[in-house]
Amino acid sequence: VRLTVPWCLDCGRPHWYPRSHCPLCFSPKVEHREATGEGVVYSYTVLRRAPEPYALACVTLAEGVTLLSTVVDCDLDALRIGLPVRVAFRDLDGRPMPVFVRG
Amino acid sequence: LGDSPLAGMSIRGTATIAGIYEHPTRIARETTTPELHAQVARGALADAGLELSDVDAYFCAGDAPGLGPLTMIDYLGLRVRHMDSTDNGGSAYISHVAHAAAAIATGACSVALITLAGRPRADGMTGAYPPANFAVGAPEELFESPYRPTALGLYAMAAMRHMYEYGTTSEQLAWVKVAASQHARHNEQAFLRETVTVEEVLASPVVADPLHRLDCCIVTDGGGALVVTSPELAAELGKPDVRVRGAGESVVGFDGAGDLTTTAAAASGGAAFAEAGLGPGDIDYVGLYDSFTISVILQLEDLGFCAKGDGGRFVADGNLISGYGTLPVNTDGGALCNNHPAHRGGMTKVIEAVRQLRGEAHPAVQVPDCRLAAVNGLGGWLTTRHACSTVILERAS
Repeated sequence: VRLTVPWCLDCGRPHWYPRSHCPLCFSPKVEHREATGEGVVYSYTVLRRAPEPYALACVTLAEGVTLLSTVVDCDLDALRIGLPVRVAFRDLDGRPMPVFVRG
Repeated sequence: LGDSPLAGMSIRGTATIAGIYEHPTRIARETTTPELHAQVARGALADAGLELSDVDAYFCAGDAPGLGPLTMIDYLGLRVRHMDSTDNGGSAYISHVAHAAAAIATGACSVALITLAGRPRADGMTGAYPPANFAVGAPEELFESPYRPTALGLYAMAAMRHMYEYGTTSEQLAWVKVAASQHARHNEQAFLRETVTVEEVLASPVVADPLHRLDCCIVTDGGGALVVTSPELAAELGKPDVRVRGAGESVVGFDGAGDLTTTAAAASGGAAFAEAGLGPGDIDYVGLYDSFTISVILQLEDLGFCAKGDGGRFVADGNLISGYGTLPVNTDGGALCNNHPAHRGGMTKVIEAVRQLRGEAHPAVQVPDCRLAAVNGLGGWLTTRHACSTVILERAS
Protein backbone atom coordinates (compact mmCIF):
# COMPACT_ATOMS: atom_id res chain seq x y z
CA VAL A 1 0.00 0.00 0.00
CA ARG A 2 1.36 3.43 -0.87
CA LEU A 3 0.16 7.02 -1.03
CA THR A 4 0.13 8.66 -4.43
CA VAL A 5 -0.79 12.21 -5.40
CA PRO A 6 -2.55 13.02 -8.68
CA TRP A 7 -0.63 15.46 -10.90
CA CYS A 8 -2.04 17.09 -13.98
CA LEU A 9 0.16 16.57 -17.03
CA ASP A 10 -1.34 19.62 -18.74
CA CYS A 11 -1.23 22.33 -16.06
CA GLY A 12 1.53 20.66 -14.08
CA ARG A 13 -0.15 21.02 -10.71
CA PRO A 14 -1.08 18.43 -8.07
CA HIS A 15 -4.62 18.26 -6.66
CA TRP A 16 -6.70 16.39 -4.11
CA TYR A 17 -8.98 14.40 -3.93
CA PRO A 18 -8.20 12.04 -6.86
CA ARG A 19 -10.74 12.00 -9.68
CA SER A 20 -11.03 11.33 -13.39
CA HIS A 21 -9.63 14.73 -14.34
CA CYS A 22 -7.79 17.75 -12.98
CA PRO A 23 -10.22 20.02 -11.05
CA LEU A 24 -7.91 22.98 -11.71
CA CYS A 25 -8.02 22.80 -15.54
CA PHE A 26 -10.36 19.85 -16.39
CA SER A 27 -7.63 17.99 -18.24
CA PRO A 28 -8.16 14.21 -18.28
CA LYS A 29 -4.38 13.67 -18.30
CA VAL A 30 -3.66 12.84 -14.67
CA GLU A 31 -0.66 10.90 -13.42
CA HIS A 32 -0.48 9.40 -9.94
CA ARG A 33 2.96 9.92 -8.43
CA GLU A 34 4.18 8.33 -5.26
CA ALA A 35 4.22 10.80 -2.39
CA THR A 36 7.04 11.21 0.11
CA GLY A 37 4.45 10.76 2.85
CA GLU A 38 5.84 13.72 4.77
CA GLY A 39 3.53 16.54 5.76
CA VAL A 40 2.48 19.07 8.36
CA VAL A 41 -0.83 19.56 10.11
CA TYR A 42 -2.64 22.46 8.40
CA SER A 43 -5.61 22.33 10.76
CA TYR A 44 -7.21 19.81 13.07
CA THR A 45 -9.92 19.20 15.60
CA VAL A 46 -10.73 16.52 18.16
CA LEU A 47 -14.28 15.19 18.18
CA ARG A 48 -14.66 15.04 21.97
CA ARG A 49 -18.23 13.74 22.13
CA ALA A 50 -17.68 10.67 19.99
CA PRO A 51 -17.83 7.36 21.88
CA GLU A 52 -14.08 7.28 21.37
CA PRO A 53 -12.68 10.79 20.76
CA TYR A 54 -10.80 11.08 17.49
CA ALA A 55 -8.93 13.65 15.46
CA LEU A 56 -9.86 15.08 12.09
CA ALA A 57 -6.99 16.81 10.34
CA CYS A 58 -6.06 18.62 7.18
CA VAL A 59 -2.50 17.66 6.31
CA THR A 60 -0.40 19.54 3.77
CA LEU A 61 1.91 17.09 2.02
CA ALA A 62 5.44 17.98 0.95
CA GLU A 63 4.05 17.86 -2.59
CA GLY A 64 1.90 20.90 -1.77
CA VAL A 65 -1.61 19.47 -1.65
CA THR A 66 -3.75 19.52 1.47
CA LEU A 67 -5.89 16.48 2.18
CA LEU A 68 -8.47 15.49 4.74
CA SER A 69 -7.31 12.72 7.06
CA THR A 70 -6.67 11.94 10.70
CA VAL A 71 -3.73 11.76 13.09
CA VAL A 72 -3.47 8.56 15.13
CA ASP A 73 -1.30 7.00 17.82
CA CYS A 74 -0.64 10.29 19.54
CA ASP A 75 -1.83 12.33 22.51
CA LEU A 76 -4.80 14.18 21.03
CA ASP A 77 -4.10 17.12 23.34
CA ALA A 78 -0.62 17.47 21.80
CA LEU A 79 -1.94 18.15 18.28
CA ARG A 80 -0.90 21.53 16.88
CA ILE A 81 -1.05 23.30 13.56
CA GLY A 82 2.39 22.95 11.98
CA LEU A 83 3.11 19.61 13.62
CA PRO A 84 5.27 17.44 11.30
CA VAL A 85 3.56 14.15 10.43
CA ARG A 86 4.16 11.20 8.14
CA VAL A 87 1.80 8.80 6.47
CA ALA A 88 0.83 5.42 7.87
CA PHE A 89 -1.98 3.07 6.88
CA ARG A 90 -4.90 1.83 8.93
CA ASP A 91 -7.95 -0.21 8.04
CA LEU A 92 -10.93 2.15 8.03
CA ASP A 93 -14.31 0.88 6.84
CA GLY A 94 -12.55 -2.27 5.64
CA ARG A 95 -10.00 -0.52 3.41
CA PRO A 96 -6.39 0.49 4.04
CA MET A 97 -6.53 4.28 4.31
CA PRO A 98 -3.76 6.84 4.64
CA VAL A 99 -3.62 8.29 8.14
CA PHE A 100 -0.83 10.26 9.77
CA VAL A 101 1.43 9.77 12.77
CA ARG A 102 3.84 12.24 14.35
CA GLY A 103 6.84 12.67 12.06
CA LEU B 1 -27.43 37.50 -25.38
CA GLY B 2 -26.51 40.06 -28.03
CA ASP B 3 -29.52 42.14 -29.05
CA SER B 4 -31.97 40.03 -27.08
CA PRO B 5 -34.36 41.92 -24.82
CA LEU B 6 -32.69 40.17 -21.85
CA ALA B 7 -29.22 41.53 -22.62
CA GLY B 8 -27.78 43.38 -19.66
CA MET B 9 -30.84 42.61 -17.58
CA SER B 10 -30.58 42.58 -13.81
CA ILE B 11 -32.95 41.35 -11.13
CA ARG B 12 -32.44 44.66 -9.35
CA GLY B 13 -35.82 45.90 -8.25
CA THR B 14 -37.79 43.32 -10.22
CA ALA B 15 -39.41 41.45 -7.32
CA THR B 16 -40.90 41.99 -3.88
CA ILE B 17 -40.97 39.58 -0.96
CA ALA B 18 -44.67 39.93 -0.26
CA GLY B 19 -45.24 37.08 2.18
CA ILE B 20 -43.26 35.59 5.04
CA TYR B 21 -44.00 32.96 7.65
CA GLU B 22 -41.91 31.25 10.32
CA HIS B 23 -43.49 28.15 11.82
CA PRO B 24 -43.91 28.67 15.57
CA THR B 25 -43.10 25.10 16.50
CA ARG B 26 -39.62 23.98 17.46
CA ILE B 27 -40.50 20.32 18.12
CA ALA B 28 -43.02 18.76 15.72
CA ARG B 29 -43.75 15.32 17.15
CA GLU B 30 -47.23 15.01 15.67
CA THR B 31 -46.68 16.64 12.28
CA THR B 32 -45.04 15.17 9.18
CA THR B 33 -42.56 17.08 7.04
CA PRO B 34 -45.04 17.48 4.13
CA GLU B 35 -47.64 18.77 6.58
CA LEU B 36 -45.14 21.31 7.87
CA HIS B 37 -44.51 22.43 4.27
CA ALA B 38 -48.26 22.90 3.82
CA GLN B 39 -48.57 24.85 7.07
CA VAL B 40 -45.77 27.28 6.24
CA ALA B 41 -47.14 27.71 2.71
CA ARG B 42 -50.53 28.60 4.19
CA GLY B 43 -48.89 31.06 6.57
CA ALA B 44 -46.85 32.92 3.96
CA LEU B 45 -49.76 33.11 1.53
CA ALA B 46 -51.99 34.51 4.29
CA ASP B 47 -49.32 37.09 5.08
CA ALA B 48 -49.23 38.13 1.43
CA GLY B 49 -53.02 38.12 1.11
CA LEU B 50 -52.94 35.48 -1.63
CA GLU B 51 -54.50 32.07 -2.21
CA LEU B 52 -52.78 28.85 -3.18
CA SER B 53 -54.45 29.14 -6.58
CA ASP B 54 -52.58 32.42 -7.18
CA VAL B 55 -49.22 30.63 -7.04
CA ASP B 56 -47.68 29.89 -10.42
CA ALA B 57 -44.12 28.95 -9.36
CA TYR B 58 -42.81 26.69 -6.62
CA PHE B 59 -39.33 26.46 -5.11
CA CYS B 60 -37.96 23.90 -2.66
CA ALA B 61 -34.67 22.23 -1.75
CA GLY B 62 -33.44 18.93 -0.37
CA ASP B 63 -35.65 19.07 2.72
CA ALA B 64 -38.69 18.44 0.51
CA PRO B 65 -39.35 14.71 0.43
CA GLY B 66 -39.79 12.54 -2.62
CA LEU B 67 -38.92 14.11 -5.95
CA GLY B 68 -38.84 17.62 -4.48
CA PRO B 69 -40.99 20.00 -6.52
CA LEU B 70 -42.75 17.19 -8.36
CA THR B 71 -43.86 15.58 -5.11
CA MET B 72 -44.65 18.82 -3.31
CA ILE B 73 -46.53 20.47 -6.19
CA ASP B 74 -48.76 17.38 -6.34
CA TYR B 75 -49.11 17.20 -2.54
CA LEU B 76 -49.93 20.89 -2.05
CA GLY B 77 -52.33 20.93 -5.03
CA LEU B 78 -50.43 23.61 -6.92
CA ARG B 79 -50.79 24.44 -10.63
CA VAL B 80 -47.51 26.04 -11.63
CA ARG B 81 -45.69 26.99 -14.81
CA HIS B 82 -42.25 27.34 -13.23
CA MET B 83 -40.27 25.40 -10.61
CA ASP B 84 -36.78 25.28 -9.14
CA SER B 85 -35.17 22.83 -6.72
CA THR B 86 -31.73 24.41 -6.39
CA ASP B 87 -30.13 22.77 -3.38
CA ASN B 88 -27.02 24.48 -2.09
CA GLY B 89 -27.68 23.39 1.47
CA GLY B 90 -28.88 25.94 4.00
CA SER B 91 -28.28 28.78 1.56
CA ALA B 92 -30.83 27.34 -0.90
CA TYR B 93 -33.75 29.56 0.12
CA ILE B 94 -31.66 32.68 -0.44
CA SER B 95 -30.83 31.43 -3.93
CA HIS B 96 -34.53 30.72 -4.40
CA VAL B 97 -35.36 34.37 -3.70
CA ALA B 98 -32.89 35.45 -6.38
CA HIS B 99 -34.06 32.80 -8.85
CA ALA B 100 -37.68 33.77 -8.23
CA ALA B 101 -36.85 37.41 -8.92
CA ALA B 102 -35.19 36.38 -12.18
CA ALA B 103 -38.18 34.25 -13.15
CA ILE B 104 -40.55 37.13 -12.42
CA ALA B 105 -38.32 39.51 -14.40
CA THR B 106 -38.47 37.29 -17.47
CA GLY B 107 -42.20 36.66 -17.20
CA ALA B 108 -41.80 32.99 -16.32
CA CYS B 109 -44.05 33.46 -13.28
CA SER B 110 -45.75 36.11 -11.20
CA VAL B 111 -46.25 34.53 -7.75
CA ALA B 112 -43.44 32.31 -6.43
CA LEU B 113 -43.86 30.18 -3.30
CA ILE B 114 -40.72 28.98 -1.47
CA THR B 115 -41.03 26.48 1.38
CA LEU B 116 -38.69 24.83 3.88
CA ALA B 117 -39.69 22.29 6.54
CA GLY B 118 -38.29 19.43 8.55
CA ARG B 119 -38.40 17.63 11.88
CA PRO B 120 -34.86 16.51 12.78
CA ARG B 121 -35.51 17.04 16.49
CA ALA B 122 -38.57 14.79 16.56
CA ASP B 123 -36.60 12.26 14.54
CA GLY B 124 -33.80 12.26 17.12
CA MET B 125 -31.18 13.71 14.79
CA THR B 126 -29.73 15.98 17.43
CA GLY B 127 -26.26 14.49 17.62
CA ALA B 128 -23.09 15.76 16.03
CA TYR B 129 -23.10 13.15 13.29
CA PRO B 130 -24.48 13.35 9.79
CA PRO B 131 -26.52 10.39 8.59
CA ALA B 132 -24.20 7.48 7.90
CA ASN B 133 -25.12 7.41 4.22
CA PHE B 134 -24.63 11.14 3.71
CA ALA B 135 -21.88 10.93 1.07
CA VAL B 136 -22.85 7.61 -0.50
CA GLY B 137 -22.15 7.82 -4.19
CA ALA B 138 -20.45 11.21 -3.94
CA PRO B 139 -17.07 11.38 -5.68
CA GLU B 140 -15.26 12.31 -2.46
CA GLU B 141 -16.80 9.48 -0.44
CA LEU B 142 -13.83 7.11 -0.64
CA PHE B 143 -11.36 9.83 0.33
CA GLU B 144 -13.30 11.49 3.15
CA SER B 145 -16.06 9.40 4.72
CA PRO B 146 -13.72 6.88 6.42
CA TYR B 147 -12.33 9.71 8.58
CA ARG B 148 -15.84 10.53 9.89
CA PRO B 149 -15.87 14.22 8.93
CA THR B 150 -18.91 15.54 10.78
CA ALA B 151 -20.23 19.03 10.07
CA LEU B 152 -19.11 20.01 13.56
CA GLY B 153 -15.57 18.76 12.93
CA LEU B 154 -15.28 20.45 9.54
CA TYR B 155 -16.39 23.84 10.88
CA ALA B 156 -14.13 23.39 13.90
CA MET B 157 -11.08 22.99 11.65
CA ALA B 158 -11.90 26.29 9.94
CA ALA B 159 -12.15 27.94 13.36
CA MET B 160 -8.84 26.41 14.43
CA ARG B 161 -7.10 27.71 11.32
CA HIS B 162 -8.65 31.18 11.71
CA MET B 163 -7.31 31.36 15.26
CA TYR B 164 -3.86 30.31 14.02
CA GLU B 165 -3.73 32.77 11.15
CA TYR B 166 -5.37 35.79 12.75
CA GLY B 167 -5.20 35.38 16.51
CA THR B 168 -8.96 34.96 16.86
CA THR B 169 -9.90 33.84 20.38
CA SER B 170 -12.59 31.66 21.93
CA GLU B 171 -13.82 34.77 23.77
CA GLN B 172 -14.40 36.51 20.44
CA LEU B 173 -16.28 33.50 19.05
CA ALA B 174 -18.40 33.50 22.19
CA TRP B 175 -19.54 37.08 21.54
CA VAL B 176 -21.48 35.84 18.50
CA LYS B 177 -23.51 33.55 20.76
CA VAL B 178 -23.90 36.24 23.41
CA ALA B 179 -25.36 38.63 20.81
CA ALA B 180 -27.75 35.94 19.56
CA SER B 181 -28.95 35.28 23.10
CA GLN B 182 -29.45 38.98 23.75
CA HIS B 183 -31.78 39.05 20.73
CA ALA B 184 -33.52 35.74 21.49
CA ARG B 185 -34.60 36.88 24.94
CA HIS B 186 -37.13 39.15 23.19
CA ASN B 187 -38.40 36.37 20.90
CA GLU B 188 -41.21 34.40 22.54
CA GLN B 189 -40.85 31.62 19.98
CA ALA B 190 -37.09 31.21 20.39
CA PHE B 191 -35.93 27.72 21.34
CA LEU B 192 -33.34 29.18 23.76
CA ARG B 193 -34.43 32.41 25.45
CA GLU B 194 -31.98 32.63 28.34
CA THR B 195 -29.13 35.05 27.87
CA VAL B 196 -25.62 33.72 28.19
CA THR B 197 -22.31 35.41 28.96
CA VAL B 198 -18.92 34.94 27.35
CA GLU B 199 -17.87 33.08 30.49
CA GLU B 200 -20.83 30.69 30.19
CA VAL B 201 -19.97 29.92 26.56
CA LEU B 202 -16.37 29.18 27.52
CA ALA B 203 -17.54 27.04 30.45
CA SER B 204 -19.64 24.83 28.17
CA PRO B 205 -17.85 21.63 27.15
CA VAL B 206 -15.46 21.63 24.21
CA VAL B 207 -17.21 19.44 21.63
CA ALA B 208 -14.68 19.80 18.79
CA ASP B 209 -11.60 21.90 19.46
CA PRO B 210 -11.80 24.88 19.56
CA LEU B 211 -15.61 24.95 19.50
CA HIS B 212 -17.63 24.73 22.68
CA ARG B 213 -21.15 23.38 22.88
CA LEU B 214 -22.54 26.92 22.90
CA ASP B 215 -20.63 27.78 19.71
CA CYS B 216 -23.02 25.43 17.90
CA CYS B 217 -26.46 26.03 16.45
CA ILE B 218 -29.56 24.35 17.82
CA VAL B 219 -31.53 21.56 16.15
CA THR B 220 -35.21 22.39 15.68
CA ASP B 221 -38.27 21.32 13.74
CA GLY B 222 -40.69 23.46 11.78
CA GLY B 223 -39.82 25.61 8.81
CA GLY B 224 -40.67 28.75 6.95
CA ALA B 225 -41.99 30.06 3.68
CA LEU B 226 -41.72 33.07 1.41
CA VAL B 227 -43.93 34.49 -1.33
CA VAL B 228 -42.14 36.53 -4.00
CA THR B 229 -44.19 38.60 -6.46
CA SER B 230 -43.81 41.44 -8.89
CA PRO B 231 -43.70 44.86 -7.18
CA GLU B 232 -46.91 45.82 -9.00
CA LEU B 233 -48.82 42.87 -7.54
CA ALA B 234 -47.35 43.50 -4.09
CA ALA B 235 -48.56 47.10 -4.30
CA GLU B 236 -52.09 45.89 -5.11
CA LEU B 237 -51.93 43.65 -2.06
CA GLY B 238 -50.92 46.60 0.08
CA LYS B 239 -47.80 44.87 1.33
CA PRO B 240 -44.68 46.79 2.39
CA ASP B 241 -42.41 46.85 -0.62
CA VAL B 242 -39.36 44.78 0.33
CA ARG B 243 -37.51 44.63 -2.97
CA VAL B 244 -34.72 42.31 -4.09
CA ARG B 245 -31.90 44.69 -5.09
CA GLY B 246 -29.01 42.34 -5.81
CA ALA B 247 -27.95 38.73 -5.53
CA GLY B 248 -25.01 36.38 -5.95
CA GLU B 249 -24.14 32.75 -5.36
CA SER B 250 -20.95 30.72 -5.39
CA VAL B 251 -19.33 27.45 -4.34
CA VAL B 252 -15.93 26.86 -2.78
CA GLY B 253 -14.76 23.27 -3.16
CA PHE B 254 -11.92 21.01 -2.22
CA ASP B 255 -9.13 20.83 -4.77
CA GLY B 256 -6.25 20.43 -2.35
CA ALA B 257 -5.41 24.14 -2.16
CA GLY B 258 -6.08 24.27 1.55
CA ASP B 259 -7.74 27.59 2.31
CA LEU B 260 -10.10 27.04 5.24
CA THR B 261 -10.81 30.65 6.11
CA THR B 262 -12.19 32.19 2.91
CA THR B 263 -15.81 31.40 2.17
CA ALA B 264 -17.87 31.55 -1.00
CA ALA B 265 -19.40 34.74 0.45
CA ALA B 266 -16.43 36.66 -0.95
CA ALA B 267 -17.72 35.94 -4.46
CA SER B 268 -21.47 35.81 -3.78
CA GLY B 269 -21.37 38.97 -1.68
CA GLY B 270 -19.24 40.83 -4.19
CA ALA B 271 -21.69 39.98 -6.97
CA ALA B 272 -24.71 40.94 -4.86
CA PHE B 273 -23.28 44.29 -3.80
CA ALA B 274 -22.20 45.03 -7.38
CA GLU B 275 -25.68 44.33 -8.72
CA ALA B 276 -27.23 46.40 -5.96
CA GLY B 277 -24.80 49.27 -6.56
CA LEU B 278 -24.10 49.30 -2.84
CA GLY B 279 -21.36 48.46 -0.37
CA PRO B 280 -21.29 47.03 3.13
CA GLY B 281 -21.29 50.55 4.59
CA ASP B 282 -24.80 51.13 3.21
CA ILE B 283 -26.35 48.18 5.05
CA ASP B 284 -28.56 48.68 8.12
CA TYR B 285 -29.20 45.03 9.06
CA VAL B 286 -27.43 41.75 8.33
CA GLY B 287 -28.76 38.18 8.39
CA LEU B 288 -26.06 35.49 8.44
CA TYR B 289 -26.39 31.73 8.66
CA ASP B 290 -24.97 31.13 12.13
CA SER B 291 -24.46 27.37 11.96
CA PHE B 292 -21.51 27.94 14.29
CA THR B 293 -20.08 31.11 15.77
CA ILE B 294 -17.10 30.91 13.39
CA SER B 295 -19.49 30.93 10.42
CA VAL B 296 -20.66 34.44 11.31
CA ILE B 297 -17.12 35.76 11.67
CA LEU B 298 -16.04 34.38 8.28
CA GLN B 299 -19.13 35.72 6.50
CA LEU B 300 -18.70 39.20 8.01
CA GLU B 301 -15.13 39.30 6.73
CA ASP B 302 -15.88 37.94 3.28
CA LEU B 303 -18.89 40.21 2.76
CA GLY B 304 -16.62 43.16 3.57
CA PHE B 305 -18.07 44.32 6.88
CA CYS B 306 -14.53 44.14 8.28
CA ALA B 307 -11.10 43.24 6.95
CA LYS B 308 -10.04 39.60 6.51
CA GLY B 309 -8.86 38.36 9.87
CA ASP B 310 -10.54 41.13 11.88
CA GLY B 311 -13.84 39.27 12.33
CA GLY B 312 -13.08 38.18 15.87
CA ARG B 313 -12.27 41.69 17.01
CA PHE B 314 -15.27 43.02 15.05
CA VAL B 315 -17.86 40.86 16.82
CA ALA B 316 -16.43 41.38 20.33
CA ASP B 317 -17.96 43.51 23.04
CA GLY B 318 -21.51 43.24 21.77
CA ASN B 319 -20.96 44.79 18.35
CA LEU B 320 -23.67 42.60 16.74
CA ILE B 321 -26.35 43.46 19.33
CA SER B 322 -29.17 45.61 17.99
CA GLY B 323 -29.35 48.97 19.74
CA TYR B 324 -25.94 48.47 21.30
CA GLY B 325 -23.32 47.59 18.66
CA THR B 326 -22.61 49.05 15.25
CA LEU B 327 -23.99 46.17 13.11
CA PRO B 328 -27.18 44.37 14.16
CA VAL B 329 -27.04 40.70 13.06
CA ASN B 330 -29.73 37.99 13.39
CA THR B 331 -32.13 39.91 15.62
CA ASP B 332 -34.47 36.91 15.96
CA GLY B 333 -31.76 35.02 17.83
CA GLY B 334 -30.59 33.14 14.75
CA ALA B 335 -29.85 29.45 14.52
CA LEU B 336 -27.73 29.73 17.65
CA CYS B 337 -30.80 30.49 19.81
CA ASN B 338 -34.06 30.92 17.92
CA ASN B 339 -34.63 28.39 15.16
CA HIS B 340 -32.74 26.12 12.76
CA PRO B 341 -35.43 24.04 11.06
CA ALA B 342 -34.25 21.01 9.09
CA HIS B 343 -30.59 21.94 9.73
CA ARG B 344 -31.01 24.69 7.14
CA GLY B 345 -30.58 28.30 8.21
CA GLY B 346 -31.16 30.43 5.12
CA MET B 347 -34.95 30.68 5.27
CA THR B 348 -35.19 32.21 8.75
CA LYS B 349 -32.48 34.74 7.83
CA VAL B 350 -34.62 36.08 4.98
CA ILE B 351 -37.73 36.14 7.17
CA GLU B 352 -36.13 38.24 9.92
CA ALA B 353 -34.57 40.59 7.36
CA VAL B 354 -38.03 41.20 5.86
CA ARG B 355 -39.44 41.82 9.34
CA GLN B 356 -36.70 44.39 9.92
CA LEU B 357 -37.31 46.13 6.58
CA ARG B 358 -41.08 46.20 7.23
CA GLY B 359 -40.52 47.56 10.73
CA GLU B 360 -42.18 44.41 12.11
CA ALA B 361 -39.28 43.08 14.20
CA HIS B 362 -39.66 43.00 17.98
CA PRO B 363 -39.48 46.63 19.18
CA ALA B 364 -36.54 45.79 21.43
CA VAL B 365 -34.43 44.71 18.44
CA GLN B 366 -35.99 46.71 15.59
CA VAL B 367 -33.34 48.70 13.71
CA PRO B 368 -34.60 52.30 13.41
CA ASP B 369 -35.51 53.24 9.83
CA CYS B 370 -34.14 49.96 8.50
CA ARG B 371 -33.91 50.43 4.75
CA LEU B 372 -31.22 48.06 3.46
CA ALA B 373 -30.41 44.52 4.55
CA ALA B 374 -27.85 41.96 3.45
CA VAL B 375 -28.61 38.26 3.90
CA ASN B 376 -26.06 35.50 3.40
CA GLY B 377 -26.39 31.76 3.69
CA LEU B 378 -23.54 29.29 4.02
CA GLY B 379 -24.66 25.80 3.07
CA GLY B 380 -22.67 22.59 3.17
CA TRP B 381 -19.35 22.35 4.99
CA LEU B 382 -16.46 24.65 5.58
CA THR B 383 -13.10 22.91 5.03
CA THR B 384 -14.40 20.56 2.30
CA ARG B 385 -17.11 22.17 0.17
CA HIS B 386 -19.78 24.76 0.72
CA ALA B 387 -22.00 27.25 -1.08
CA CYS B 388 -22.86 30.83 -0.24
CA SER B 389 -25.82 32.79 -1.50
CA THR B 390 -26.32 36.50 -0.86
CA VAL B 391 -29.25 38.83 -1.41
CA ILE B 392 -29.42 42.56 -0.81
CA LEU B 393 -32.94 43.60 0.16
CA GLU B 394 -34.34 47.13 0.15
CA ARG B 395 -37.45 48.74 1.55
CA ALA B 396 -38.64 50.72 -1.44
CA SER B 397 -40.79 53.74 -0.69
